[in-house]
Amino acid sequence: MSKTIRPAVVLFAALTILTGLLYPLLMTGAAQLLFPSQANGSLVQKDGKLIGSSLIGQNFSDNRYFWSRPSATSPQPNNAANSGASNLGPTNSALTDAIKARIDALKAAGPVPAGAVPVDLVTASASGLDPDISPAAAFYQVLRVAAVRKLPAEKVQALVERHITPPQWGFLGEARVNVLQLNLDLDRL
Amino acid sequence: MTSDALILLGTFLVALLLLSYPLGGYMARVIKGDAPGPVRFFVPVERFIYRLCGVDPEQETGWKGYTFGLILFSLIGTLFVYLLQRVQGFLPLNPQGMGAVSPDSAFNTAVSFVTNTNWQGYGGESTMSYLVQMAALTVQNFLSAASGIAVVVALIRGFARHSAAAIGNLWADLTRITLYILLPLSVVFGLLFVGQGVIQNLSPYKDATTVQATQYQVPRLDKAGNPVKDAAGKPVIDTLTSKTQSLAMGPVASQEAIKLLGTNGGGFFNANSAHPYENPTPLANFLQMLAIFLIPAGLCFTFGAMVGDKRQGWAVIAAMAVLFVALASVGLWAEQKGVPALSHLNVDQQASALQAGGNMEGKETRFGINSTMLFVAVTTSASCGAVNAMHDSLTPIGGLVPTFLMQLGEVVFGGVGSGLYGMLIFAILAVFIAGLMVGRTPEYLGKKIEIFEMKMTALTILVTPTLVLVLTALAVLTDGGRAGIANPGAHGFSELLYTFTSAANNNGSAFAGVSANTPWFNIMTGIAMWFGRFFMIVPILAIGGSLAGKKRLQVTSGTLPTHGPLFVVLLIGVVLLVGALNYVPALALGPVAEHLQMILAH
Repeated sequence: MSKTIRPAVVLFAALTILTGLLYPLLMTGAAQLLFPSQANGSLVQKDGKLIGSSLIGQNFSDNRYFWSRPSATSPQPNNAANSGASNLGPTNSALTDAIKARIDALKAAGPVPAGAVPVDLVTASASGLDPDISPAAAFYQVLRVAAVRKLPAEKVQALVERHITPPQWGFLGEARVNVLQLNLDLDRL
Repeated sequence: MTSDALILLGTFLVALLLLSYPLGGYMARVIKGDAPGPVRFFVPVERFIYRLCGVDPEQETGWKGYTFGLILFSLIGTLFVYLLQRVQGFLPLNPQGMGAVSPDSAFNTAVSFVTNTNWQGYGGESTMSYLVQMAALTVQNFLSAASGIAVVVALIRGFARHSAAAIGNLWADLTRITLYILLPLSVVFGLLFVGQGVIQNLSPYKDATTVQATQYQVPRLDKAGNPVKDAAGKPVIDTLTSKTQSLAMGPVASQEAIKLLGTNGGGFFNANSAHPYENPTPLANFLQMLAIFLIPAGLCFTFGAMVGDKRQGWAVIAAMAVLFVALASVGLWAEQKGVPALSHLNVDQQASALQAGGNMEGKETRFGINSTMLFVAVTTSASCGAVNAMHDSLTPIGGLVPTFLMQLGEVVFGGVGSGLYGMLIFAILAVFIAGLMVGRTPEYLGKKIEIFEMKMTALTILVTPTLVLVLTALAVLTDGGRAGIANPGAHGFSELLYTFTSAANNNGSAFAGVSANTPWFNIMTGIAMWFGRFFMIVPILAIGGSLAGKKRLQVTSGTLPTHGPLFVVLLIGVVLLVGALNYVPALALGPVAEHLQMILAH
């Protein structure tokens, strides 16, 4: 019995110090040395002020901007201190009602192309912090943004095209557009 | 399934094989205490730990001593994780000033991380201090993984040895697995993750001034936290404006690496691997999937090496791979098809070069359908439970796939160690059934399978389905259980079934709409997790001990070969049969009913 208690307690303590303190602290040091920008959150500054992270989606609902995907975080959307999703099931009428309201809001906000709405633009993301929209979702908003800003649609369209990130290594993930970067460049047009 | 999905699946399996095969040989070597060049750095650490513990690594014990040690070690871990959460408010590395976690939630989380389940009733970034994340949760990610690997190693020794009384030295096994397998891999994967954008710091949360102010509405609360109502009895809603975004920080990458490598799955953040700071890019996502399967696949080759017949390991991994590809394909297909109700709202769910299409509710744009659904299949066939999408919002068939993968007993690759020991139990059942068919005493790897082994096998195979079905029934029948349901109809039943399937099989993923952070759920899932883990481990170590003591039989013309395609098919058949017999009625009430409801509505 006591031959088991001592190794159990001591090994637990030793491995706690090793894997729970030394390992994360040394990893923090190594990460700060090798990849300081990534390790600190891929932060975006503007005029010396922190305005967000290129990895974390922000809420854009102003008609002047490309909208982000819907976010189900609480209390406010895109709350990066409380990530989360809607968790609505596919047969739940609350889901279809929410999507219908989002489609109406898009159509009320300004001119939209004929045809169906890209699915990612009207469905809530998993993290509530999705930084991206699909290229289809960005193109869907070009007419509105161009009209509100009184810019030629071709110019806005070209800006979106420049912001498309293709699938990584050609086959991993999806083509996407980072909404924060797109909107920052939009303000510079 | 699209051609992109096939390319992704194929690349994933090839990469997995290329990495897990050499890892399997390496693991067989270091478990014996034979550390090769690059990790010799840890040898003095290993010796120092033995000296502190007062153990001789050469001195082995029988299965009872091994089991007793493991349970004691786990109880110490549970107590420590519980206490640290309760007193985190008084301890350092808590820049956000997180207060004590409630007793029932702390109990649940402690059991959850010690049993390698990593079910999460809490939201990480709003509950846990950095110290708890590191010194309690990260530690258990290592130790519960090391425990699982130790158990399967002890079982394999039972097959490999003959006329032996001992199955290993638990303390040496745990130390070696942690030092030579889990730590080095975690460092490598952790740094790869940081390179992709996973954060690793100890800063307080950062307030960013957003480009656009956000208006949002919240119900007004009085001092007691109850909603304030106006004269007409309607709740008063306040409209607030926020100009900042608080970015949660923390030592994420170090925890992320072992969360996946140890098939733990407990996220640093509430959104787990869907959170861009946990899983920022499609490449990171690919590496995460590899990390989940790496050790479970490698252990199949370790098994082949330790029993001295590599073909035995190939047979086991072949059975796992067939089941995995079949079920993953169904999930990919179902989610790409999307939700009929949305097509009726004129929502475009077609895959094209400009969008992933499919059912995107609860999914991330960068992963689309393919990288999401492969991850879903990986995380539930391994008992990982990390999620890069919200399973509650999957289509009925898309949600049936992860549910059924768990219900197969987490043996399709499965958890580190636990997947292989579960599959070896099914192998024993397969040779037993084959033996009954031809009227011979069954044997596996030269060991006669007799009454004691079959009793223990029956116990391990029945314990999780019993926990899942009884507790799901209880949840449906009680107010405490029904209060957790988030979605109406058949989907609500699927949520409860998924909850207990995940807990008892030590997966840890969730249909996360369930309000699981209540005393009822914290206690019930705590029970499911604890017994789902240790009611497996004890009989399995008993089998290991019993087998170690037996003589080895010579292979004769009457021996059923357990390395060929015939045995692989038999093994797959037994796994599917047991899974289907246990769960088809429950699945019919949940996902199957919902699927019919969904397609018949239009």
